[in-house]
Amino acid sequence: MNLGGGETVKSMSMPNSSVSWKSGDGVTDQFPAGLRVLVVDDDPTCLMILEKMLRNCLYEVTKCNRAEIALSLLRENKNGFDIVISDVHMPDMDGFKLLECVGLEMDLPVIMMSADDGKNVVMKGVTHGACDYLIKPVRIEALKNIWQHVVRRKKHEWKDFEQTGSVEDGERQQKPPEDADYSSSANEGNWRNSKKRKDEEEEAEERDDTSTLKKPRVVWSVELHQQFVAAVNQLGIDKAVPKKILELMNVPGLTRENVASHLQKYRLYLRRISGVSQHQSGFNNSFMGPSDATFGSISSLSGLDMQLPAQSLATLQAAVLGRSTTKSSISMPLVDQRNLFSFETPKPRFGEGQQQQLSNNSKQINLLHGIPTNMEPKQLANLHQSAQSFGGMNMQVNSHGSQSNSLLVQMAQPESRSQMLNEINGSHRIQSSMGQPIMSNGCASGVLARNGMANNARGTLYNPLSQASSVLDFSVNHGTDLPGSSFPIGGNAGISSLPSKEMLHEDVISETKGTRGFLPSYDVLSELHQQKSQVWGSQNVGLTYETSHHANMRGSCDVSPSVIVQQGFSSIQNNGQNRSAMGKAVFSSGQESAHGNVPNISQQPNTFLLDNLLMVKAERFPDASYHNTIFAEQLGQEDLMSVFLKQQGDTGSVESEFGFDGHHLDNLPV
Amino acid sequence: MERTQMHRQLANMRKSLFDQGYLDEQFIQLEELQDDANPNFVEEVVTLFYRDSARLIQSIDQALDKSTLDFTKLDGYMHQFKGSCSSIGAKKVKSECTQFKEYCKAGNGEGCKKTFQQVKKEYATLKKKLEAYFQFARQVGPVETACRPK
Repeated sequence: MNLGGGETVKSMSMPNSSVSWKSGDGVTDQFPAGLRVLVVDDDPTCLMILEKMLRNCLYEVTKCNRAEIALSLLRENKNGFDIVISDVHMPDMDGFKLLECVGLEMDLPVIMMSADDGKNVVMKGVTHGACDYLIKPVRIEALKNIWQHVVRRKKHEWKDFEQTGSVEDGERQQKPPEDADYSSSANEGNWRNSKKRKDEEEEAEERDDTSTLKKPRVVWSVELHQQFVAAVNQLGIDKAVPKKILELMNVPGLTRENVASHLQKYRLYLRRISGVSQHQSGFNNSFMGPSDATFGSISSLSGLDMQLPAQSLATLQAAVLGRSTTKSSISMPLVDQRNLFSFETPKPRFGEGQQQQLSNNSKQINLLHGIPTNMEPKQLANLHQSAQSFGGMNMQVNSHGSQSNSLLVQMAQPESRSQMLNEINGSHRIQSSMGQPIMSNGCASGVLARNGMANNARGTLYNPLSQASSVLDFSVNHGTDLPGSSFPIGGNAGISSLPSKEMLHEDVISETKGTRGFLPSYDVLSELHQQKSQVWGSQNVGLTYETSHHANMRGSCDVSPSVIVQQGFSSIQNNGQNRSAMGKAVFSSGQESAHGNVPNISQQPNTFLLDNLLMVKAERFPDASYHNTIFAEQLGQEDLMSVFLKQQGDTGSVESEFGFDGHHLDNLPV
Repeated sequence: MERTQMHRQLANMRKSLFDQGYLDEQFIQLEELQDDANPNFVEEVVTLFYRDSARLIQSIDQALDKSTLDFTKLDGYMHQFKGSCSSIGAKKVKSECTQFKEYCKAGNGEGCKKTFQQVKKEYATLKKKLEAYFQFARQVGPVETACRPK
């Protein structure tokens, strides 16, 4: 019955499925009237009701009680329908499967319906790309607005088309495997996961991302993030859209959603680092700690002039970590088993970590993390894992609090350590080191002291880098832009070779800044590692190979060049971001950071070693800025190296990376 | 007069169905869909429902008759059945269905069987009431539908 009986308009809903709009004024484009809807449901009662409702909405309805028939209908009339409404539970084919097929083949908006309103099911709909989910019994009001999905999709497609030249919305959305419940904050999930797992595992999973993760979350490994950043840079940060990025990255199993959420975080990160004053220098140490520390945290730390004694650092860390906890777990899994630098996770954190940390004391804490002076990679790993929210670094430190503290303490204890700490404070680099296990080390103290501290402003957390290669994480400089100098690597203090602290400051940190703690640090290290001897010896060493990576080294190379590696670093600098923190210039570029290029590595040769390492790392990181932090760790300086190496004990890889002879950065002598 | 009385009677019948909880708001949605083009829409839908759900009832009965109960299957059937019930606004039947599903989840065979008896009972009761209602409505005359109070 009609409401008022006088709704002649409703007569449009003719019993037959003829186009209702036609009966109207004859205007064919009376959108949304005339919307061509295909409704699929095995329940005839529901189907009949839906059909009537849709007709009443003036849509052109085709009903179908079998999914297969629906598919063939769709295939036959490629452009015959505007939208599909499908039930979830159907005997011949699962509604989600139909959803995927439609999305892939026809790229039409699909609305799912079910009497089941359980969160999981609804989530499944979301992850499979449904544009809406209706709970049965469906009311006509719910159907009145379905046209919005059609319009929206068309708009997106068009926009994408403009931007990317390809229309693949549906496809990408349909990609996620059914069992994967990707949430947009995929990274967060990863963080947590990765934290728990060893870095190696994470690495292994990185590639798989969505498919192999224990939890259906994407692990934004260093490499992956590097790719991501490279893609973003290629497109231009303003024009980078998930679809395009996804295309450029060309990573199987990665979905547009993953990229979208990562991009969101990345943008936040960029904003943060650009806004964050470099002064963060607080702790360069940040890198030290478990890389997990969200890069944010590091940056925050950097701001602080951390002169905190280990204890305070610890507290800071805790504080920072506390904060960061909110941030997604992305905290990069600083602790990379191999290297302490578990950049992996940090990446995602960049957005988050930074903010928190930068601002507060917590930063300091981060630093603590960053400076796991003696942290073995494992330790760092542990740290990181526990660190969690903080981006990893911080957290870890806390968790391992003891560890980190001890580490820090260690750092603090030795004179160099204290120096480092101080320096670290200056360089809040730590922030970037968020994930970076920054040179945990202890060694860094000397180095750090130099680096970071000096630059406090920059927050070049890198100081810690010097400590342990693991610290490299600091590359994350995020936020604080650790002025490259902060790299602890430069540790100038510690690193005798470091020419003048320069490196640490800012430059080093800058790297980290940019790199937000991307884990890449360890990558860098590994690279460095390869370079080995060269790196250490030749300032450029590290840089050289790094540079290739990061074309972004932007600014980084501001480093005052004293020794710097310009030779090598210059290339790194390209990478832009601070990576190079190496000494001085390096970090300065950190500012640009966001792109992680470790630019500053070029700075001082001595420190370069570390820087190199850092830089290397920075470069490694996909874009770096995160890397920068790592480099800081590298501090390249031989001295630092040795220090680090000692600490590293087990990060064999670290050693090699740095080119040290078997010194583990992690094992920086306390 | 009779007309009016009949109308009133019809209206009362309808009202009591709602008041007694046999029908819910979804039924009103159906009523609203009815129009000149489909003057008997509600009745058609209800008829379709009873016809289609009969086989589901049968499937469930058969499944419950087995010595070992397959709760997943039972739940599946019931899910479908419940969806249909809810689409016509069969309130009491629907709530029994919900109860049934709970028992399925708990793996309570006895609970399922007992509840299903309730489901069938409510299902039958509603059917009778609606049939009477529609019959009377036809008597009252199609014109009346438009005036049927909500």
